[in-house]
Amino acid sequence: MTGYLALTYWDLVAASVFLLLNAVFSIVLDLGLTRTLIVSALRMSVQLILVGLVLKAIFHAGSLLWTLLAAAVMLAFAAREIWARQDRRLSGLWGPGLGAAAMLVAGTLVTVYALAGLIRPDPVWLPQYALPLFGMVLGNTMTGVSLGLDTLHTALARGRREVEAQLLLGRTRWEATLPFTRQALRAGFTPIINAMAATGVVSLPGMMTGQILSGVDPREAVKYQLMIMFLLGGATGLGVLGATFGSLWRVTDTRHRLRLDRLNGGSR
Amino acid sequence: MLTIRELKTPLIGPIDLALHAGEAVAISGPSGAGKSLFLRAIADLDESTGHIALDDTEREAMPAPEWRRKVAYVPAESGWWADRVQDHFTETANLSSLLQQVGLADARSWEVARLSTGERQRLALVRALQAEPQVLLLDEPTSALDPPSVTLVETLLKQQLAAKRSLLIVSHDPDQPGRLGARRFVMDKGGLMEASCQEPEA
Repeated sequence: MTGYLALTYWDLVAASVFLLLNAVFSIVLDLGLTRTLIVSALRMSVQLILVGLVLKAIFHAGSLLWTLLAAAVMLAFAAREIWARQDRRLSGLWGPGLGAAAMLVAGTLVTVYALAGLIRPDPVWLPQYALPLFGMVLGNTMTGVSLGLDTLHTALARGRREVEAQLLLGRTRWEATLPFTRQALRAGFTPIINAMAATGVVSLPGMMTGQILSGVDPREAVKYQLMIMFLLGGATGLGVLGATFGSLWRVTDTRHRLRLDRLNGGSR
Repeated sequence: MLTIRELKTPLIGPIDLALHAGEAVAISGPSGAGKSLFLRAIADLDESTGHIALDDTEREAMPAPEWRRKVAYVPAESGWWADRVQDHFTETANLSSLLQQVGLADARSWEVARLSTGERQRLALVRALQAEPQVLLLDEPTSALDPPSVTLVETLLKQQLAAKRSLLIVSHDPDQPGRLGARRFVMDKGGLMEASCQEPEA
């Protein structure tokens, strides 16, 4: 760990100068973005500073219970985010529940596999490894799942006639919704596929950059990044598949009807 | 053949109706009376209570896809899920002759986006007839057709009746039930009544 240069809080203030410049432009050009820009920047600052303090405390405590609790809180926020990003949502508990369940299964499976099988810290749940890993997996799965569900629900609501035309010809609910299922899966997979294609050529991934900045040999950092990308791809895939088919199961029924009455919302 | 007893959904019913093999029933009534909802309920597209049976086999005793192949419903607005017409049809032995009978022999190579409403209506009917259903539920099947096409479609429907298939048709054309030899019913506010023969046509 040589060559790590610490930042002061004044450095951060100085770093925000270009963002403030953007705010000034927004005022001058009357873009109406000033408020959103400032609020999200402040919100991010508060969130990250708090997270830093919480992580420090959890690492210090070194307790399995606190680690699990932190993971649960992360999951709850990710589930809320999935819920908020859908224009049409499943009604009732299914709305927030399906996204959360898909992420819980996919995220936990992949994180536990990586910790127990690949990284092998001691103890296995060591928060320094478990929490950042779980966070990255959750973040990517969240994006995929919310895009997949949003695409599926919008497509089904708009394409009701197409789906029912196929049902009326005696096709099953799975056959009749197949074009929309494909569309939803593709939407859910696209971000991670794009990320894999652009990684290293267009952008250096954040985690790898972080390791390099803290003095890790770039070749080692690349190995870590590759492992993470494989895990993220796997978790996103599982999450998107689980959420999409779970939702399909819910918006159709065993008599092969399309049950749009189980969807809420729809303003677009 | 098709027996409906106390069919009820939150918006329509209870409705009783018996439809015999080779028989036609025509339903008319104001918009919003629940005619389409009635057909949707029979085809099991919406949840409903009551008893529906086809030749003594209860609807719930067979999987929904099988039911819909035997009791075919053609909605007023048809759905098209691919760009080309031919992708909506399975190649069956009767396809060419059916297309010919509705005057659309070459339609298979066409694009869906360029079909007129009347062409869609006729193609949707052909699509449903391909599976040789025992009961046909048709929602205004000739509403967008020119008189010669109406004659083509009605000839096809009479053929189906002669082949001992049953027909339940929603129609706003006051003369159509007569041409098809159909029993007349009127639907209003979710209820179904047999129209009396003496009543003058509206």
